[in-house]
Amino acid sequence: MSLKDKFESMEYGPAPEDSAQAIAWLDAHGRKFGHFIGGEWHAVGKSSLFATYSPSDEQELARIAQGSAKDVDAAVKAARKAQPAWQKLGGHGRARYLYAIARQIQKHSRVVAVLESLDNGKSIRETRDLDTQLAARHFYHHAGWAQLADSELAGYVPHGVVGQIIPWNFPFLMLSWKIAPALAAGNTVVLKPAEFTSLSALWFADMLEQIGLPPGVVNIVTGDGRTGAALVEHRDVDKLAFTGSTEVGKIIRRSVAGSSKALTLELGGKSPYIVFEDADLDSAVEGLVDAIWFNQGQVCCAGSRLLVQESIEQAMIEKIKARMSKLRIGPSLDKCIDMSALVDASQRDTIERLVAQGKAEGATIWQPEIAMPEKGIFYPPTLITDAGSANVCMREEIFGPVLTVISFRTQAEGAQLANNTRYGLAASVWTENINRALEIAPKLKAGVVWINGTNFFDAAVGFGGYRESGFGREGGIEGLQAYLKPAFEAKLPPQKPVPLPKPKHDVLSDAIDRTAKMYVGGKQARADGGSSYPVYSAKGGLAGHAALGNRKDIRNAVEAADAASGWGASTAHLRAQIIYYLAENLEERRGEFVARLVELTGAAKATTAKEFDLSISRLFSAAAWADKYDGRVHQPPMRGVALAMNEPVGILGISCPDWQPLLSLVSLVAPAIAMGNRVVALPSEHLSLVATDLYQVIETSDVPAGVINIVTGKRQELAEVLAAHDNVDGIWHFGDADSCRAIETLATDNMKRSWLSNGRHYDFADPALGEGEHVLRRATEVKNIWIPYGDQLGGGKGY
Amino acid sequence: MNDVTPHRLRNSGIQFDPALVDAQRINMSAVERRATSLGGRRTVKKEWQVAWMLRAISMIDLTTLQGDDTPGRVRRLCAKALNPLDPAIKAALGIADMPLTVGAVCVYHSMVEAAVEALRGSQVPVAAVSTGFPAGLAPMETRLQEIRASVAAGAREIDIVVTRNLVLNQRWGELYEEVQAFCEAAGSARLKAIIAVGELGSLTNVARASMVAMMAGADFIKTSTGMESSNATLPVSLVMMRQIREFQRLTGQKVAFKPAGGIRTAKDAVAYLIMVKEELGDEWLNSDMFRFGASGLLNDLERQIEFHATGRYSASYRHAMA
Repeated sequence: MSLKDKFESMEYGPAPEDSAQAIAWLDAHGRKFGHFIGGEWHAVGKSSLFATYSPSDEQELARIAQGSAKDVDAAVKAARKAQPAWQKLGGHGRARYLYAIARQIQKHSRVVAVLESLDNGKSIRETRDLDTQLAARHFYHHAGWAQLADSELAGYVPHGVVGQIIPWNFPFLMLSWKIAPALAAGNTVVLKPAEFTSLSALWFADMLEQIGLPPGVVNIVTGDGRTGAALVEHRDVDKLAFTGSTEVGKIIRRSVAGSSKALTLELGGKSPYIVFEDADLDSAVEGLVDAIWFNQGQVCCAGSRLLVQESIEQAMIEKIKARMSKLRIGPSLDKCIDMSALVDASQRDTIERLVAQGKAEGATIWQPEIAMPEKGIFYPPTLITDAGSANVCMREEIFGPVLTVISFRTQAEGAQLANNTRYGLAASVWTENINRALEIAPKLKAGVVWINGTNFFDAAVGFGGYRESGFGREGGIEGLQAYLKPAFEAKLPPQKPVPLPKPKHDVLSDAIDRTAKMYVGGKQARADGGSSYPVYSAKGGLAGHAALGNRKDIRNAVEAADAASGWGASTAHLRAQIIYYLAENLEERRGEFVARLVELTGAAKATTAKEFDLSISRLFSAAAWADKYDGRVHQPPMRGVALAMNEPVGILGISCPDWQPLLSLVSLVAPAIAMGNRVVALPSEHLSLVATDLYQVIETSDVPAGVINIVTGKRQELAEVLAAHDNVDGIWHFGDADSCRAIETLATDNMKRSWLSNGRHYDFADPALGEGEHVLRRATEVKNIWIPYGDQLGGGKGY
Repeated sequence: MNDVTPHRLRNSGIQFDPALVDAQRINMSAVERRATSLGGRRTVKKEWQVAWMLRAISMIDLTTLQGDDTPGRVRRLCAKALNPLDPAIKAALGIADMPLTVGAVCVYHSMVEAAVEALRGSQVPVAAVSTGFPAGLAPMETRLQEIRASVAAGAREIDIVVTRNLVLNQRWGELYEEVQAFCEAAGSARLKAIIAVGELGSLTNVARASMVAMMAGADFIKTSTGMESSNATLPVSLVMMRQIREFQRLTGQKVAFKPAGGIRTAKDAVAYLIMVKEELGDEWLNSDMFRFGASGLLNDLERQIEFHATGRYSASYRHAMA
C-alpha cells in the first residue's frame, strides 16, 4: 500500500506496542518461575510446571510452578514468621515500603503493562492507562493508611497471616487491591494469582526483592484451584480474601465455616446499566463501551444488563448498533483497538454456550460485521434483545462482551428490574435530572453506583457488593477495615459452658397464668404449632411457658419484617426518638426486669441490676448513633464526588447468646434497628421470658410493626431456618463452633452477611465489645455513589 | 467564478422544530471522557501517520484575519495555499505528482478580491468571514449586505457568526431566522455558521445552537472565530459532530464541520481526524466535509512530515512562510 493509497483510504494501519522489554524479563528468568516464599525464589522440578499462554496469539510465554499443599504450608510459615516484626515495624515503617512499591510500579509501568497485556489478552490501552495506574494509586493511598494507622486505627489490630486468591481478569490490579491494604494494616500475605495470569504477580515479587521488603511479608504461590484450596484449608491462615466467581466463593465460605477465619468475598455480578429518556444518549452509548466491552466484558461489575426507558429504546438500540459497528478488535498489544482477546478458550466456550442458550430461549442475537483477528481467542461484541427478564442472558453472569437489553416504563419499574437479580455489585444510572439520579441511587441494591458513568475506580472509594456479589469492600477505609479486627476480638476467651436449670417442679405459682407468645408484625402471635415449652428459673422452679416457634413462625416473622421496609427509609431522627422511648419505657419497669433476671439467671441482684442499667445505656448509645453514623464524601481524582453512604443491611436475623439475656439482646437489636435494619430476634431458649417481657415495652414505644420481631423456641433450629431464608440479608449468631458452622453453611447460599461467635465468649458488659462502631459496621453496608459533575464550558476554571 | 456548489454539499435545511432543540442533552463529564480516551483507543503510526498529516493539510482553511492584512500579505498566503508542502519533501515521500493544496483561503471581505485574483485558475476557494465578524453585532442589513458583497467579489464560502444573545437567551426561533437569512444572502456560496462556543457557556447550548444552524440550512457548522477566549476543543467538537450525525439521521443531509482556533500541532490535527472518523465516518474525512480553521497548524504539519521524510527533526525556518 503506497502512501498515496493510504492518503486515499484514511485507514489506521497497525500500531503495535513494543514487547521487547517484557520478553527480556521473561528470558532473564529462563521463562520458568518457581514460587516466591520467604523472600526467595523456590526452585521447581519439571513435573510441577504448567505453561502460561498469550491468548491473543496462543504462544507460550513461560512455564510456572503448580503449588502443592507443601508449598502453601511453607509460604504460610514464612508469612507467620515475618508477621510480628512487620506489625511491630509500625505505621511509618510500613508506609516507607508501600511508598517504595508505588514508586517502583510507576517507574516500571510499561513493562508491567506489556506483560499483563500479553498474559491476559487485554488491550495495552487498558493495562497502560488503567490497571497499572490504579495499582500504583492503590499503593500510594495505602502508604498513607499505613502512616496513619497508629493514630487513626487505634483499637484495631491486624488479623495476622492473610491468604489471598485473585482472579485473572485484572491480575495486577487485584494483586494491588489485596496486598496494599493487608500490608498497610500490618498483616503478612500469601497470595495465589490465577493460573492463567501469574506473570505480573511474579514481576511484583521480583520487584519486592529489589526494594528489600523483609522476607516473608509477601509470598506468592502459583498454581490452579488446587493450590487455592490448600491455602483456603490451611489452619494457620487468619483471614482469607477472595475475588472470583460466586460459585467458588460459596465453596470457600462453606469450607471455612465454623473456623474463626475472617473472610471477604468479591464475587460475580449482573450489573444494571439504566438509561432514562432524559439522558445524553450518545454519551450513554459510549459509556456502554466502557461498561460491557471493557476488558472483553470479563469484568465482575460489567454493565451487562441494559435497562432502557421504553420511549427511547429503539433510538438507543439503533445508536448502540452503530457504535458496535465501529469497534475495533485486534491483538492485545495493538494501540488502535477497543477490544482484544479473551483469557482462555474455556472462557469463550462458556460465553458461546450461554449465548446459544439465550437464543434457544427466544432472544435475538446481533453482532456487528467487523473484522475479527484470524488467530487467537476472540469473541465478537454481542447485543441481545427480545430477551425478557427470565432469559439466561438476563440472569446469569456471562463474563464476556455480551449486552442484554430490556425496557422499563417508569423510574420505579427501572429500579425494580435493576434489583431483580441475585447479584448486587454495581449499577450505572444515566439521566440529566439530578433529582432522579439521587433518588434512585439509594434504591439500587448495589455496592457501587455510577451516575452518568461506569467503571470508575479509586483507592479511596470502596468497591464491593450486596447480595451474592459478596461482602467486604476493597478501597477506602471500609476496605482497610477488612484487614483489621477490633483488639478485643484477638482476646476473646472460649465460650463457657452454659449451666442449664434443673427442673424441680412443673407447677406455676398462684398468679394469673401469663402466656408468652411470639412478637411478630407488631402483635403478639400464638405459635403456629400451637405449642409452648416450659421455662425454668435458675433454681429449677417453673418460671412460665414460652411459645414454641417453628419454621412457619420464622416465615411469618420475616414476612412481617419485609413489610416494614419503610423503616430503613425513615429519618434517623425518628429512629433515635423511638429507641430513646424504648429506654424510657423499659426504665419504668426496672424492678420487674431485675427480678426476672435474678429468677432466670440466678445471678445476684446487684449483677442483674447492672445488666439492666447497662441495657438502658446501650439503648441510649444506639439512639445516639442513629443520626451520627454518617457516610463520607470522597474526592477521587476526577471532577466529581463519591458519596459513601451507610445503608442498612436489610432484614437481620439475630440469634442471641445464652448469657446476659437482656443486655445481649439490647446490645445487638438496638444498633441494628438504629441503622435502619429490621430484625427477627431469637432469644436464648431457656432465658426467653426476658425477651417476651419486652413485648409490652416495644408495643408502648411506637416501634413500627415488623421492625422488631421475636420468635422463641429451640434457638438453633430457628436460627437455621433464618440462615436458610433467602429474604434474610444477614445473620448474627452466638453459639459454639458446631452451631456456628451449621449457620454459616446455610447462610452461604444467598450470601448473608454473618457475625458468628464461633465458640468464643462475648462479654456484652465490656463497653469496647458491647457497643460502638464495630457493631454499627456489621449493621450497615457501604454504598459508594459516584457523581461526576460539571456543566460550565471550559472546565469551570476562573469564575 | 461563482460556480454552483454541487448539490451534495448543500444543506437545504428543515423547518424549525423547537422540540428537536429541547431534546438535546449533553453530559459534559461523559463527553470529556470520550474525548480524552479516544487518543488511547486510536492512533496512526509511520506512513499512515504521514498520510493522515497530508490529509490534514488538504483540509486547512489557511487564514489571515488581522487588522493589518494587505493585498501583498494575502498574495503570499495564497501562494502557500497552492503549494503548502515543499516539493523536495513530496519527492522524498514519493508523492511528487500528487496534487496537494489547502482547503481554502480565509480572509476578511476587503481582502477577497486579492485572494480570488491570487488563486485564479486553481480549485482552492476563497472563504470570507462575514456578518460583522467576530462579534456579529452590526445591523442585520449591514450583515446581509456584507455577505452579498463578498459573494459578488468571488468568495465561494461565507463564514458567518451567529448572534450569541439569541443562544444565551434561548431565542431559538430568531436564531433560526437569522441563519436562514444569511443562507439566503449567501446564495450559491457554502455557508459556515460560527456558533462561537467560547461564549455559549455550556455544551448544551453548543448542541442546540448547532442543531438550529443546521435546521436553518448552514452547510458547515464551525466552532469559533478564533477571537474568543476559548476556541475549538475536542469535547466541543465531539458535541458538534454528534449533532451533525443526529441531523443526518433525521434528515439524511450531511453537514460539514470546521473546528477553528487553538489547533496548532500535527498531533492535535490527527486527533481531530480520528474523532471525525469515529464519530462521523470516512465520508467526512475530506476537505468538502471538514476543515481546520488555523494559521499556525500548517507549519507544524510540514515539520512533522519532513521528519518522516528525512528522519531528522525539522525547524520552522526551513519551510516557506505563509
